[in-house]
Amino acid sequence: MTDTTRTQTDLERQIAQASQDVKEARSPIDSTTTQTAVKDIVEAYPAKVGKKRAKHIVVRDPNIPEQTIEANVRTTPGIITQRGCAFAGCKGVVVGPIGDVVHIVHGPVGCSYYSWLIRRNQFRARANGRNFVNYCFTTDLTEHDIVFGGMNKLRQAIQEAYDLFQPPAITVHSTCPVGLIGDDIQGVSREMSEKLGISIVAFNCEGYKGVSQSAGHHIANNGFFKNWIGTNEEAEEVEGYTVNLMGEYNIGGDTWEIERVLEKCGIQVISKLSGDGSYDEATESHLAKLNLVMCHRSINYMADMMETKFGIPWIKVNFIGVNAFAKSLRKIAEVFDDPELTERIETVIAEEMAETEAQLATYRERLTGKTVFLFVGGSRAHHYQELFADLGMKTVVAGYEFAHRDDYEGRDALPNIKIDADSRNIEEIHVKQDPERYNPPFSEEALAKMETNNTLKDYKGMMPDMGEGTLLVDNISHHELDVLIERFKPDLIGSGIKDKYVIEKLGIPCKQLHNYDYGGPFAGFRGAVNFAKDVDLRVNTPVWKYVKAPWLN
Amino acid sequence: MLDATPTTLVERQALRVNPAKTCQPIGAMYSALGIHGCLPHSHGSQGCCSYHRSHLTRHFREPIMAATSSFTEGTAVFGGGANLRQALKTIYKLYDPPVVAITTTCLSETIGDDIPTIIREATESGVIPNGKTVIHANTPSYVGCHITGWSNMTASMVKYLSERSGESRNQVNLIPGYVEPSDTRELKQMLATWGIDAVTFPDTSDVVDTPQTGHFQMYPQGGTTVEALKTTGDSLATIALGPEASTQAAIALDAKCQVPAHILDLPIGVAATDRLVQTLMDVTGTQPTDEIVNARGRLVDVMTDMQAYLYEKRVAIAGDPDQVVPLVEMLVTCGAKPVYVITGAESKYFRDRTQAILGETVPEAVIRDNADLFYLHQLMKQEPVDLLISNVYGKYIARAEDVPFVRYGWPILDRVGHSYFPTLGYGGSLHLLCTIINTLLDRKDRDDPDEVFELVL
Repeated sequence: MTDTTRTQTDLERQIAQASQDVKEARSPIDSTTTQTAVKDIVEAYPAKVGKKRAKHIVVRDPNIPEQTIEANVRTTPGIITQRGCAFAGCKGVVVGPIGDVVHIVHGPVGCSYYSWLIRRNQFRARANGRNFVNYCFTTDLTEHDIVFGGMNKLRQAIQEAYDLFQPPAITVHSTCPVGLIGDDIQGVSREMSEKLGISIVAFNCEGYKGVSQSAGHHIANNGFFKNWIGTNEEAEEVEGYTVNLMGEYNIGGDTWEIERVLEKCGIQVISKLSGDGSYDEATESHLAKLNLVMCHRSINYMADMMETKFGIPWIKVNFIGVNAFAKSLRKIAEVFDDPELTERIETVIAEEMAETEAQLATYRERLTGKTVFLFVGGSRAHHYQELFADLGMKTVVAGYEFAHRDDYEGRDALPNIKIDADSRNIEEIHVKQDPERYNPPFSEEALAKMETNNTLKDYKGMMPDMGEGTLLVDNISHHELDVLIERFKPDLIGSGIKDKYVIEKLGIPCKQLHNYDYGGPFAGFRGAVNFAKDVDLRVNTPVWKYVKAPWLN
Repeated sequence: MLDATPTTLVERQALRVNPAKTCQPIGAMYSALGIHGCLPHSHGSQGCCSYHRSHLTRHFREPIMAATSSFTEGTAVFGGGANLRQALKTIYKLYDPPVVAITTTCLSETIGDDIPTIIREATESGVIPNGKTVIHANTPSYVGCHITGWSNMTASMVKYLSERSGESRNQVNLIPGYVEPSDTRELKQMLATWGIDAVTFPDTSDVVDTPQTGHFQMYPQGGTTVEALKTTGDSLATIALGPEASTQAAIALDAKCQVPAHILDLPIGVAATDRLVQTLMDVTGTQPTDEIVNARGRLVDVMTDMQAYLYEKRVAIAGDPDQVVPLVEMLVTCGAKPVYVITGAESKYFRDRTQAILGETVPEAVIRDNADLFYLHQLMKQEPVDLLISNVYGKYIARAEDVPFVRYGWPILDRVGHSYFPTLGYGGSLHLLCTIINTLLDRKDRDDPDEVFELVL
């Protein structure tokens, strides 16, 4: 290492420490306020509901070694939840972003319409020019179809989609009534796949399955894995440091910023699952030597299955936050364990961090000490805590809509999780080692070492990253949000579109962390700067001073 | 942009691409928000409710509150009665709404949940507290579209709440249709200026365009009160604007309380607004005020001043039937040529009225209901237009074909103003006409070479 990089690393060490300190700090809200708020929240419910909700709300105490939380259970009717359904988790989140595939929604018009262009998973056409992300395809079922069945219409719709667009693959997604009327979308898709000679994959992601979007992720992973992963048996081995980006959906261009840095390090992305993902690349994703799991909740099933079948190990990464990104890059270096790559990664980190730090410093001055609530789907409520900490902002309350206990407590909790009646019908597929193509890219010795270091397949969850006295709230309701805002008065809330204007009517800025308020990227080094600017403008804009009319002061 | 759309038209039987409509319950939710103190409740799985709230929120940039029965697979098999009862218990303990308006989804409709029975039992067993109002509308997503849902919920207000006391009131009922809060406000203002007492329902003004005060109001100050809705049975007449959205409620009111119904196009453009004014004159026997007459004059003044920019312009239009029909009429009034006119809804009203307006003036016009934006785009690729008018989804076509674009109707997710500036009445039509003309002028400024770039237009 040269002297220059050494100096930059010192700077980096300082900012990493500062960020860590913010994360681990105890909550600035005094514990009586916290305890009272929790008590009042629970007591406002009907007794039975309150008893259940109490298990979803946890005051973080690092002195309890295995603190637990209830998660991934049914939503209380009428409570005003933020949650969506399995269809959204399957078509909307995991499968839909594959941009050169035609995704047909089999159902009445609403489901396809509401998932049309709403998640900002950006896509760039490959050389063949195919790009369907701006389109919305549906069988638009009518009363006649509900009464007499919609299978003929689906067959015809697939044929029409093929004739019009010649896609390399088609997916079919079922919605609520399809399961009830008994349309066999699997059969129709198989039949049409044989007829047309392209991959047609059906997903039984009816909205009532499971208890949230999470069921849809699982259903998507199963269909995706069985039909696409490694199905190109002709594809030839790729030399060098190769990875798949998994559970990264390219919202606002996040994937492209991550790829920029990986490429600079000399790491090649084989396949993206599924932001900016393409069908061909998915079929070749078994060629990568390492899987990088960004969103653990939505893609951990596929990561596990790929490991079993092809021997590709996976590591949990976080590309949100300057220090988190650096840590993730070092984790990749550790796996490949090649001095040349390691040095290149260190050089890139040093360069990028110096550049980023120069731009972040002013924003950090304006934002340090501010408090944040985070309520986002199944991963960002954790990931963004790192980026907020980089800016000196403390997350005091955080929760997921639909994550499971392992996302809160870490994967060590997995053996203790019982699947309840509401989620039991989500198919678990059992994968075997591929007799020909199982090809672990690392020696057993190396893998064993990584195992000991907890590098592989390790996710510790959100809980250990939250300081004493902070609150975790799973599947927050409107009532809970209302009480917590009133008592804690945070400086910023990271949440979604349904809450945004509720929060802002209360005079508190809300940063949308699903759609980024139409900005981004927020991942990576450059993303951190975009994010800092965005948070600054929301927290420090003069308009908040005018909320109250002057004659009321 | 939209590179996969071929120019060659192929008739599709089964595949809907880029729909120009969405499903019933969102319209019903929007209608229900027009009752004061109402919490809409979606009886189905929770995905629908989240989608509908999100979509309305994106359009209005306002909180849209609603609860859901959160069906699970078990519910889908055994019926949703228990979920709805549980929901009502939680709703009343936590959120205490004066009114709950229940909508259904394709899930609860397919399994056949009997909502009136569930409501009756919940009332008898005290799950619904005394003095609370609960209404419902069946809104199966596989029938009609979002306008049907609006219409069904609006008709439910009549079926559940309208009463005939025997003593008539010197007031009219105004059903403004599936419109913006700004439009309802504009109409109410016109009636107020005129001195006509009216019950306007549903009325989403001051519900989905609330002021920023630093306080969140779960039940904002706007919305038609239940008391006012009850009196609609005693009114002189019902003025129902927008036949697809408002006919059902007006007819129900006539059937239930014998209040005569006047069903009119939405008052967009001078001719349609004139018909509304004439109807109000007939019903009340009074004359419009100078203020109203002058507003008409200002609209016609801009039409005469600026007609050169619209004359013979080829226009493509997509939207909901009630919005499209009077817009087509307004454009024809200004000498423009709406050549492609489509709606996603199935609508005889749309077909017949558009044909009647365009039959002689623009005989080459393609008029189609139950159509989608993919089809409209293909028409535009075959022979281009000078202007596209549609909801937000048209922006992709406008970009692909480099056509001037006016956002109109519902939803508009990428601009601000639609909930504050009306397009109905003389004033609203003036605002809409100016937007259209200015869009064409912006394009002229963009395209004119430097040497003919004009200061004055």
